[in-house]
Amino acid sequence: MLRLEGLSKRYKTGDEALKGVDLEIPDGQVIALIGPSGAGKSTLIRCVNRLVEPTKGKVYLGDLELTGLSSGALRKARRKMGMIFQEYALVERLTVMENVLSGRLGYVSFFASWTRKFPKKDIREAYRLLDRVGLMHMADKRADELSGGQRQRVGICRALIQDPDLLLVDEPTASLDPKTSRQIMRLINELCAERGLAAIINIHDVLLAQMFSQRVVGLELGSIVYDGPPDGLTPEVLTRIYGEEDWEATIENVDDDDEVEEDDGELVNVGIAKRTGGNE
Amino acid sequence: MPLIETSDGPMWKRRTPQKRLAIFMGWLFGFVIVFYAWRLISEKTIWFFVQDAPKQAFDIATRMVPPKFSYMERLWVPVWDTLNIATLGTVIALAIAIPVAFAAARNTTPHPIVRAIAIFIIVASRSVNSLIWALILVLILGPGVLAGTIAIGLRSVGFCAKLLYEGIEEIDHSQVEAIEATGASRMQQMLYGIVPQVLPTFAGVGVFRWDINIRESTILGLVGAGGIGIELSGSINTLAWTQVSMILLVILLTVIVSEWVSAKVRGAII
Repeated sequence: MLRLEGLSKRYKTGDEALKGVDLEIPDGQVIALIGPSGAGKSTLIRCVNRLVEPTKGKVYLGDLELTGLSSGALRKARRKMGMIFQEYALVERLTVMENVLSGRLGYVSFFASWTRKFPKKDIREAYRLLDRVGLMHMADKRADELSGGQRQRVGICRALIQDPDLLLVDEPTASLDPKTSRQIMRLINELCAERGLAAIINIHDVLLAQMFSQRVVGLELGSIVYDGPPDGLTPEVLTRIYGEEDWEATIENVDDDDEVEEDDGELVNVGIAKRTGGNE
Repeated sequence: MPLIETSDGPMWKRRTPQKRLAIFMGWLFGFVIVFYAWRLISEKTIWFFVQDAPKQAFDIATRMVPPKFSYMERLWVPVWDTLNIATLGTVIALAIAIPVAFAAARNTTPHPIVRAIAIFIIVASRSVNSLIWALILVLILGPGVLAGTIAIGLRSVGFCAKLLYEGIEEIDHSQVEAIEATGASRMQQMLYGIVPQVLPTFAGVGVFRWDINIRESTILGLVGAGGIGIELSGSINTLAWTQVSMILLVILLTVIVSEWVSAKVRGAII
């Protein structure tokens, strides 16, 4: 379980990115964190694994208070938190396999990581994960040879090989086309379900957030303004999160849409067209 | 100052009148300086000597041809020395420059004080020409190849470290952040997040500097620090102009070969 208590972050520039956020995420729950640009979504998930140091408040992962940890203990704790990035953040000049194995760096010594001597168990797990996401044949390609969707799947493998309790996902689909976005979101969702993982997914796309999460949290100017089920996102709620807009067409019946895509690729485009129309 | 309202609609110009005036004055000032400096130099020149410069140049040129090809058998060893000075000097320079660069780059330096020291090393190394390093080292170590090698090495540390640390500062930080998020230690973050990104820069800088060092090491012999320059200075002093032209020819060929090699290597790595 992840618990945030009064989490605040003020940057050196004086911008207050988070204003006393309280949030509790039970084990195995996937939540979507939505909100306009600059609402503090990225800051929030980076405060959890302290890539960004929070100014006030506490973060607990299980019973462990992350905010009080020394740098050595923090490194140990980070091993239990996988992170997936917007622009994939793969090391471009390393191979797919090296990128996946880099998820185990917290567990191996400096020398072993230098000579790339990872334990047999890790290597087997890396191949298993690559196979799971359909990239077995790409293992020895350099990361910069891959397409966006493939890269993000490598990013997912890198996070999962950590054997995490929690996934921190920062705009996983922002650089992907609509179809790949759905595939990636579905993959993240399936993998979380398989492993009983909790996840916070930052996402711009309200429709995707509705389709692929059990709970939606709306952030606006560093404060939570909505916390509830995906189908509770009424036009009023969206106005509260994003401001005044015509929201009617953005909100869809989630279940139908999902089923359609399984059967027939053609019909998906209808749903997407409808959505894009609604956003404009 | 973009917008001026005139009778036939708005007008747009790139600069304000004040700025245009300032730029004009800047150019004017520049021209005046050039003109003044021109006159100063011309007053201090002994035109009598300059007048027969073409004749003198032609004279030396005729005495240089044909190059003394038989002299080549005495040049193989100095040429080999020159190549070794350049290569070993570059290796020494890189060995020192890499840690200095990591200490000097803002995103990898352990402490601002360490950074200041590293920057000082870079500036100190760059501010002294390799010929001057060689002069000093010949006094300390005695004449020979060793002094030349170390001179080249010391001069190159600053050059390599500066380009390397700029390369380190320009990396994509998100890749490092991703490695950091896995729980990797600082050293591991460098190994996986930074080194792969800067490796092409390292290779490029190394080869580039090697290329420069070959040219620099050809003159080190002038102060007794080994290499083909010793032969060159000996031949000039004894007015053996056909030997001088032969040496210049050999230097030219060596530089062409090094240029070709470095272009090939760079192409292969990057």
